[in-house]
Amino acid sequence: MTEKEKKELEVSKKKEIELSVGEPTRDDVMYVPDVDIVENDEGIVLYADLPGVKPEGLDVDVREGVLKLTAKVDPVVEKHRLVYGEYGIGGYQRSFTLGERIDVEKINAKMNNGVLTLTLPKVEMHKPRKINIQS
Amino acid sequence: MLTRWFGDENVWNRFNRMQNDMDRLWSTFGSLSQAQRGVFPPINIYDDGESFIARAELPGIDPVDIELSVTGNTLTIQGKREIQPADEGCCYHRRERRGGQFRRAVTLPADVDGSKVNAVCTNGILEILLPRSEQSKLRKIKVQSK
Repeated sequence: MTEKEKKELEVSKKKEIELSVGEPTRDDVMYVPDVDIVENDEGIVLYADLPGVKPEGLDVDVREGVLKLTAKVDPVVEKHRLVYGEYGIGGYQRSFTLGERIDVEKINAKMNNGVLTLTLPKVEMHKPRKINIQS
Repeated sequence: MLTRWFGDENVWNRFNRMQNDMDRLWSTFGSLSQAQRGVFPPINIYDDGESFIARAELPGIDPVDIELSVTGNTLTIQGKREIQPADEGCCYHRRERRGGQFRRAVTLPADVDGSKVNAVCTNGILEILLPRSEQSKLRKIKVQSK
């Protein structure tokens, strides 16, 4: 197997949160979810991969311009003995600083197949507006 | 001038931000090559004595797009993860999620009964219940004393 092929067969690794960022008081492992953030004229859409998170286990919090995602994941059933492991079980956490242009009241969150879709609409006055020039 | 520069407490914040930006830039390069490489879902396998339980993290995958097969003690998972690209005129602030096709074969510690395999996909986790075959079931043997 060449070096390149080996790389291709790599399993996608979860990134664990560094403790220095803010030491958690609970003993849980937390991971940083992969996200896509797309901006268009209407607002910003954030997609986050949160496998194993139930809709009720997700917490979206906006405070002082910081959007914080916290998600809980159920622990493994005790009688299940791990025989082969590639991923760790733990919650997810990630924060983003929001621009003032986001209408916090209208933020919408949806979970589907372990993917969170968060719609963050822009405040009306910040939406681009075409002005017709009359001759 | 130099002392003032270092006396500025924000300088470290600025350094950190710069480093984060650089990291992100590198990871963007990384994800460009990963786009070709496709996803490779991580799998955990558990054993409860009666059967094996395989769990794979497959967020955003439609269960219809997953294909499973079992032969003897080999479990094969294949499928594809489609990520809708953003519409024209949108711009990406982050792009970390990967899509593509994958195919994985995992060897289980013992043979399983292929006819009783059951799979469910909930909240982006695929759970496959693989009951052990009769031959590989755990049998307790009582030791008799004479």
